[in-house]
Amino acid sequence: MSDQLKVPTMEQFMAEGKQPEVLFWVGSAGSFDDRAKKITKAFVKILNKANVNFAVLGTEESCTGDIAKRAGNEFLFQMQAVMNIEVLNGYKIKKIVTCDPHSYNCLKNEYPGLGGIYEVIHHTQFIQELIKTGRLKMEGNVFNGKRITFHDPCYLGRANNEYDAPRALLNTIKADVVEMKRSKNTALCCGAGGAQMFKEPEKGDKDINVLRTEDALKTNPNIIATGCPYCNTMMTDGVKSKEKEDSVAVMDIAELIAESEDL
Amino acid sequence: MEYIPNILFAILLIVGVGFFTKNIKRLSRNIKLGKDVNVEDNKPQRWKNMAKIALGQTKMVVRPIAGFLHIIVYVGFVIINIEVLEIIIDGLFGTHRILAVLGSLYDVLIGSFEILALLVIVAVTIFWIRRNIIRIKRFVKPEMEGWPKNDGNLILYIELVLMTLFLVMNAADYQLQLLDAPHYTKAGAFPVSQFIASVFGDMSVSSLIIIERTTWWLHIAGILFFLNYLYYSKHLHILLAFPNTYYGSVKPKGQFPNLEAVTNEVKLMMDPNADPFAAPAEDAPIPEKFGASDVQDLSWVQLLNAYTCTECGRCTSSCPANLTGKKLSPRKIMMDTRDRLEEVGKNIDANNGIFKDDGKQLLGNYISPEELWACTSCNACVEECPVSIDPLSIIIDMRRYLVMEQSAAPTELNNMMSNIENNGAPWPYNQMDRLNWVKE
Repeated sequence: MSDQLKVPTMEQFMAEGKQPEVLFWVGSAGSFDDRAKKITKAFVKILNKANVNFAVLGTEESCTGDIAKRAGNEFLFQMQAVMNIEVLNGYKIKKIVTCDPHSYNCLKNEYPGLGGIYEVIHHTQFIQELIKTGRLKMEGNVFNGKRITFHDPCYLGRANNEYDAPRALLNTIKADVVEMKRSKNTALCCGAGGAQMFKEPEKGDKDINVLRTEDALKTNPNIIATGCPYCNTMMTDGVKSKEKEDSVAVMDIAELIAESEDL
Repeated sequence: MEYIPNILFAILLIVGVGFFTKNIKRLSRNIKLGKDVNVEDNKPQRWKNMAKIALGQTKMVVRPIAGFLHIIVYVGFVIINIEVLEIIIDGLFGTHRILAVLGSLYDVLIGSFEILALLVIVAVTIFWIRRNIIRIKRFVKPEMEGWPKNDGNLILYIELVLMTLFLVMNAADYQLQLLDAPHYTKAGAFPVSQFIASVFGDMSVSSLIIIERTTWWLHIAGILFFLNYLYYSKHLHILLAFPNTYYGSVKPKGQFPNLEAVTNEVKLMMDPNADPFAAPAEDAPIPEKFGASDVQDLSWVQLLNAYTCTECGRCTSSCPANLTGKKLSPRKIMMDTRDRLEEVGKNIDANNGIFKDDGKQLLGNYISPEELWACTSCNACVEECPVSIDPLSIIIDMRRYLVMEQSAAPTELNNMMSNIENNGAPWPYNQMDRLNWVKE
């Protein structure tokens, strides 16, 4: 399947003197993490299916610096930001889509102050737009009536007030959307944010991802849906720790859409 | 002799208000120890936030029981304080129930004050039960031991006493009106205190006057005491909630400010014409400290946040780190900031207006790195706060100090950051391999 993926780079667009309609910011997790790469590919399949004229930066992309910023290393963040902005502005990028809410938040809210002004959208918002404008037809039935609960990523939800797009997409695959008690603006973090993904947690009586997985399992779901590669890892680990990996899948919204449409 | 009560009243009022003013000045001085920050933007949105969140209590009712009871106490106190206006006029000029000139409106006013007073008594009692009998989790966290716990209860007792005094005063007054006592204008409606008045049935006019006068004086003295108690208490929120919601962030919660001091350094590094060996100009300002290790490094809005916190603990009860037994409590971050700021303020007062180094700081002496590193930056605390306090911004500013001034990040984070520096990803993968996923 993967040999069918069309992933043009900005360099190629530039060489042809053309401009894509949107830049796909893959992000570090989406490029290197084995689980997140599947999300990246699912999203590319959707982009290909809808004939979206997109490009990636490829080897010219570098970490947004978001994690460094949350960890307190403002210096490293700004160095990364300035370098990325130089590349993005060099290519005259206007619109960016990404599957990572952390990149989304950082590019959308923190790059403008350093000279990087773009329209930035999360992949769930982008897919919703593709469906609305008729570019992506939703016909699949495999998730019809499946109980799916959506775990809100902090940096998409509370940080940027987007709660509807992911849920709207779950409706398009005819899922039976079940809400956790803590959801939308009161959603509990998966435990990865603020650079926690890269360190051992402080001493406590439980891991945050386990607590959040318990929230999700209480809804008795077939699938826990996520919209962030880090949340996906945390929830997958949580489900494993509860030994439920055979009955409960953890999937990104992009994967659900791609699978629903048999892409 | 005739004017002695008027003079006593005037003195009481001047002392009460004067002392309060002095404390407000101290409060304002302490808040201004914070760094300047631009809050001139987005004024319409700021006014709207204040109207909705502080005046309209929209965030309180997210938790319906506490929210509803709080609205009763809030509305009760705001409205019953119209009565204070009358008390002040009567006290200064020796009149009695001067606002009775309002006629039937006066009856409506006094009648609704009484009903509100009763509701406040009920609400305050339930609040006390929640804190002391049910012991709701967020009220019994470690940071609530000692003064914070007593402070919370003391406020409830004061409110209870004030409301009771108000009702007993009205009861005695009502009974005096029934007995046609001179000077006691027949005015007001007493839907609640008439039941207390029935207890006074056999009392003489002179005894009733003693009760009425005593409760009247205690009531106004109590109000002035409460006004002055505020500065020493978490209860300051009744005043500061308004400016705090106005000055609260109007940006998306995920947007952390870009440090300007860092931007200048980065620009200098990126400038091919900059001379890396140039000595700084003679008059160059001392380079700004990165991040915050003490209260003076925080912005004045963050310090205002600290004084505004009423220790309700909604932040802590929604914090993923705290929920899983970690040391971090966003409420404690705010309480520590306030307590340290008070300490710095007292130091300044004791040293003729200049802060004398006391070998202490917010970081380490109050807030430990362990607390700071437990934060997931999820914004749950910010979302929960009913008065727009932002504990996360303080946590991040202190992380900045730890990382940029002290290189004191946890080892794993240092590894992650060197990866970003070396190969543009938090993991040790080569940037040249970024597109390999396409071929896999």
